Amino acid sequence: MTSELDIFVGNTTLIDEDVYRLWLDGYSVSDAVALRVRSGILEQTGATAAVLQSDTMDHYRTFHMLERLLHAPPKLLHQLIFQIPPSRQALLIERYYAFDEAFVREVLGKKLSKGTKKDLDDISTKTGITLKSCRRQFDNFKRVFKVVEEMRGSLVDNIQQHFLLSDRLARDYAAIVFFANNRFETGKKKLQYLSFGDFAYCAELMIQNWTLGAVDSQVDDMDVDLDKEFLQDLKELKMLVADKDLLDLHKSLVCTALRGKLGVFSEMEANFKNLSRGLVNVAAKLTHNKDVRDLFVDLVEKFVEPCRSDHWPLSDVRLFLNQYSASVHSLDGFRGGSLSVGPPS
Amino acid sequence: MPGKLKVKIVAGRHLPVMDRASDLTDAFVEVKFGNTTFKTDVYLKSLNPQWNSEWFKFEVDDEDLQDEPLQITVLDHDTYSANDAIGKVYIDIDPLLYSEAATVISGWFPIYDTIHGIRGEINVVVKVDLFNDLNRFRQSSCGVKFFCTTSIPKCYRAVIIHGFVEELVVNEDPEYQWIDRIRTPRASNEARQRLISLMSGELQRKIGLKVLEMRGNAVVGYLQCFDLEGESGLVVRAIGTACTLDKLSSPAALLPACNSPSKEMKEIPFNEDPNPNTHSSGPSTPLKNQTYSFSPSKSYSRQSSSSDTDLSLTPKTGMGSGSAGKEGGPFKALLRQQTQSALEQREFPFFTLTAFPPGFLVHVGGVVSARSVKLLDRIHNPDEPETRDAWWAEIRQEIKSHAKALGCHAVVGYSESTSICEEVCILSASGTAAVLNPRFLQDGTVEGCLEQRLEENLPAGCGFCHIPYDELNMPFPAHLTYCYNCRKQKVPDVLFTTIDLPIDATVIGKGCLIQARLCRLKKKAQAEANATAISNLLPFMEYEVHTQLMNKLKLKGMNALFGLRIQITVGENMLMGLASATGVYLAALPTPGGIQIAGKTPNDGSYEQHISHMQKKINDTIAKNKELYEINPPDTSEEIIGSPIPEPRQRSRLLRSQSESSDEVTELDLSHGKKDAFVLEIDDTDAMEDVHSLLTDVPPPSGFYSCNTEIMPGINNWTSEIQMFTSVRVIRLSSLNLTNQALNKNFNDLCENLLKSLYFKLRSMIPCCLCHVNFTVSLPEDELIQVTVTAVAITFDKNQALQTTKTHVEKSLQRASTDNEELLQFPLELCSDSLSSHPFPPAKEHLESASSNSGIPAAQRAVTVEKASPMGEGNFRNRATPPCASSTVGVVKMTPLSFIPGAKITKYLGIINMFFIRETTSLREEGGVSGFLHAFIAEVFAMVRAHVAALGGNAVVSYIMKQCVFMENPNKNQAQCLINVSGDAVVFVRESELEVVSTQQPTANCQPSCTGGEVTT
Repeated sequence: MTSELDIFVGNTTLIDEDVYRLWLDGYSVSDAVALRVRSGILEQTGATAAVLQSDTMDHYRTFHMLERLLHAPPKLLHQLIFQIPPSRQALLIERYYAFDEAFVREVLGKKLSKGTKKDLDDISTKTGITLKSCRRQFDNFKRVFKVVEEMRGSLVDNIQQHFLLSDRLARDYAAIVFFANNRFETGKKKLQYLSFGDFAYCAELMIQNWTLGAVDSQVDDMDVDLDKEFLQDLKELKMLVADKDLLDLHKSLVCTALRGKLGVFSEMEANFKNLSRGLVNVAAKLTHNKDVRDLFVDLVEKFVEPCRSDHWPLSDVRLFLNQYSASVHSLDGFRGGSLSVGPPS
Repeated sequence: MPGKLKVKIVAGRHLPVMDRASDLTDAFVEVKFGNTTFKTDVYLKSLNPQWNSEWFKFEVDDEDLQDEPLQITVLDHDTYSANDAIGKVYIDIDPLLYSEAATVISGWFPIYDTIHGIRGEINVVVKVDLFNDLNRFRQSSCGVKFFCTTSIPKCYRAVIIHGFVEELVVNEDPEYQWIDRIRTPRASNEARQRLISLMSGELQRKIGLKVLEMRGNAVVGYLQCFDLEGESGLVVRAIGTACTLDKLSSPAALLPACNSPSKEMKEIPFNEDPNPNTHSSGPSTPLKNQTYSFSPSKSYSRQSSSSDTDLSLTPKTGMGSGSAGKEGGPFKALLRQQTQSALEQREFPFFTLTAFPPGFLVHVGGVVSARSVKLLDRIHNPDEPETRDAWWAEIRQEIKSHAKALGCHAVVGYSESTSICEEVCILSASGTAAVLNPRFLQDGTVEGCLEQRLEENLPAGCGFCHIPYDELNMPFPAHLTYCYNCRKQKVPDVLFTTIDLPIDATVIGKGCLIQARLCRLKKKAQAEANATAISNLLPFMEYEVHTQLMNKLKLKGMNALFGLRIQITVGENMLMGLASATGVYLAALPTPGGIQIAGKTPNDGSYEQHISHMQKKINDTIAKNKELYEINPPDTSEEIIGSPIPEPRQRSRLLRSQSESSDEVTELDLSHGKKDAFVLEIDDTDAMEDVHSLLTDVPPPSGFYSCNTEIMPGINNWTSEIQMFTSVRVIRLSSLNLTNQALNKNFNDLCENLLKSLYFKLRSMIPCCLCHVNFTVSLPEDELIQVTVTAVAITFDKNQALQTTKTHVEKSLQRASTDNEELLQFPLELCSDSLSSHPFPPAKEHLESASSNSGIPAAQRAVTVEKASPMGEGNFRNRATPPCASSTVGVVKMTPLSFIPGAKITKYLGIINMFFIRETTSLREEGGVSGFLHAFIAEVFAMVRAHVAALGGNAVVSYIMKQCVFMENPNKNQAQCLINVSGDAVVFVRESELEVVSTQQPTANCQPSCTGGEVTT
């Protein structure tokens, strides 16, 4: 006796959160059944393995049918085929677009192209995330990217409107899109200690301060591209290190302000010129695309690592950077410039 | 007189890409009614076209309005080649034809294609202007209301229940016409869908005419079925109960009163007072002679006389249709005469209702059923469906005579069904013989002598159990005792019925679903030989099924079955029998005896041991079940009364008659002889299997209950969460081990596993009850068994459920009385129509829809158009409840029950009766058979919901999937499925919201807004 056909269709579509998770994680039906058996569900419910198998198959089929709609979440809201309560719809969408930290770190800043997609095999092996799940996450990134890439207005708002994600997840996607668009290098060994959250934080600040949208929110409101003019202007910062007097003046201003407030004051004083040179050089180079990509690598090499070798506490770094940029304003010829903020280490 | 049908095509959305080059579609719409077609402009390059068409107007006869569906086709314009069809929408405009239901159909409909499924949605507005019909000789029956619900619909009351109406129409099946060889599958499917739609429209119109002739204004318990007879044609037949209904005007509903054309025909029924007080002694003469020493243990009875007469029927008619055809003429004439006057209609005093107004049902005799095997031949003249008519007339006569034999003048809970395999067809009819209170019937003179049995001063809840037949002249050997409730009348020891448990019945404990399952192998044969073989098998099947039911009932410690439905399905090489019913313990009936097992070779020691082991197991199971279903009948009453009743038997006894004896079978004494023991004799492996299968039925996991009736006896505290579902399973039998036992086991496992799966899937709803569990078995191919289950899971409040049985009963009584308050008031309320005839204020919804519109993009706003239509206040209210403003699709509940827990139905919008065909030539790509059918059923649900929403409703009640015919050809990568569903579209209001609605009414009234503007945007 073999089951040729076995289906269950509810007027309200049944969504089992646990099975949904297994499906999203890319497990095959048989793996999912095995995992469910291990969770002790059979003992709890008195069901048989066959029942579990049938149930899992059924849910997988439903999810498979829903997947097409999940690719454009507003469709899920307006479609008539599956009657799903709004709270469940939100859950379906949110979970579908959720991603693994390990995975996102692998592809963050990479071009979301076919080439990268081919590397998913390796990423899957490396992270232990199933290839299926990797593909879904990658396709999600790519889909969101494609939709909002050319769009005007706030990046986060656009994502939220077109994918109905929660605020938090929309912000994460904004960071992913921003990184992918600017192709920031994040995969170098030196950067491995940084989490996705760290990068997302940087992305948010950069979107706020460095993009076209940041300069003028009315016209050409583009959150994804860096403001070329702004980058050009950064070149002028070179004066800060090229002009000896200015450098000394800057240093003395910073040192005066921070004396007694910094635990690592002497180290700072000794290293000021190196640090300042490092930061300014990174900023000045940003007119070249390649250097933009290496922004984080450079920042870590030129600024974070020297600080770390001197065991600067995080609060001191923050104080220093704030003072460093604030002091610039009181220098001649630097009124109302912008500032760069290094990643939290 | 004609009517004017107006249609407006507003917009489309989510259309499929038809032009690969541009990834867009140039869509336009054809609107067709009858032979008239209109077209919209082509809306270029869009997947979300906004046609915003003018009003297309069709001037048509109301006869056509009833028969024809409105056909909307969405096409992709192509300059160089033929336009490609995207899909179609069929809209049944019948609900617009009676004034109380919907006034406008407006909303998003899924665009359906028989090959691709749903492809986007289209927004349509439909209106009908009907002119007054003054033609006495009209062919149309506009204004007659149809209900699938098998009880008096909740917001109506029955003035008169007229009785049985039936009709059938036949036609050639387009799938089998010669032209089918040259046309595309799509064209063939669409021809079929259209034909069936036409036929059911015609059928409904014809039934309506009969109702008007009977001076009724509604059909309740309307059941329409299709027989796909293959080569020999397509039969659409329907039965129902004609009634004169009056709209109840409840303050919460505030709906327009019944303005149906037939209003003037309504008459106040002559109320014949049954005058029970003069007969306070109740029992009629035979009982008086009865001594209390009457020994009940002498015999054992089954309250169904069905099969004994089956047998006499089956061989007679089983030999092919030739003879039946000849007999057809006189039968036909008889039938026609009967329909001429309502009085003669009583020739078939049948009622498709399963639940009744209080006091309607006086006594219940037992189940009556009849089956007949026929050979199908081609229907030569579709206009004269005499043969089929005659077949059914024959069966109905049979049923009627069974009922007579049981001393009953009526049959309630009546239904008809067929099972077709190739050219053989089994026709079945069954119902419950009953004695009814004549005051609800028109003439009120039905066998007047029965009135004296009307004992209204007796405690409620046992009257219907009292035997209607003459005790000294019993139709079958029965075993009677005095009623355990009133002690005055005789009751049988077991009661089988096809109806729902009467609301006032006193039940102890809870009920449960009981199923008997059976397979019988049959040799493959042709034509008459095949029919004979089937006829010969049928009585054995009936016998076995009844034995199984009886055993299982006893095993559960219960004494009555409700909602009994026995389905016999015929296949190429086997017959399947599936009986489902809800077992209960009726307080009025005696405690059921146990089951005793006897071996035939008592000398063998180990064998004895085995037997006693089995016996212990059975006894344990009975004890466990009693605990599980909370069956603890009070024994105090016996002592009080001084025990006129003999001691409850510990065991009733039965000798299981061996089926080899053909003599026995011809009488088919289902009372199992007159032995005084209910003994299962284990004399062969066969019997062993039976006992085993008895014990393998696993009870549902704790927190779950199941029944196939409307409500679960013993549970009243329903909460509002409901989940209707359909589950389909097909298994392939391995052809090697096809023995009856193996087959039985496979089938049993299939059903049990299916139930287990349901319990598992719905575990998050615990505590809950599966209600109206409806199993359908079909044998699509040689080695395939298909089981389709539709049911609804309803949650209930566990805490309240823990109350004692006593309060249960009281509660159910209370509930019953509140539910039917309106019904009881009827003699006083006859002139209340005038009260509620003021127009329904439409303003309130606009207020709300306007508020919910704010912030919704234009594309979504169109959805709220339907909500803005001036109907169904409750519906909108309910839709507005989900807080998520972004969701634009209103929730439509579906349930096979006639009510929605925790809510009040305020309006019936009309009948939903839909037929769909889906076919695929890329089965694998669509996820195999499971993927294909899963998607299709989901689509059917979606289309039903969309139609209900467009009518302004928010639920379908009495929903039923009447047919789900699935055929596959994996080798060709093809599959086809036909689904037929029906139900009543309604508007309901949550009980908790009722007050809110009424308080908001005044504010809504003083804020009139423009309806037309909203609708046309």
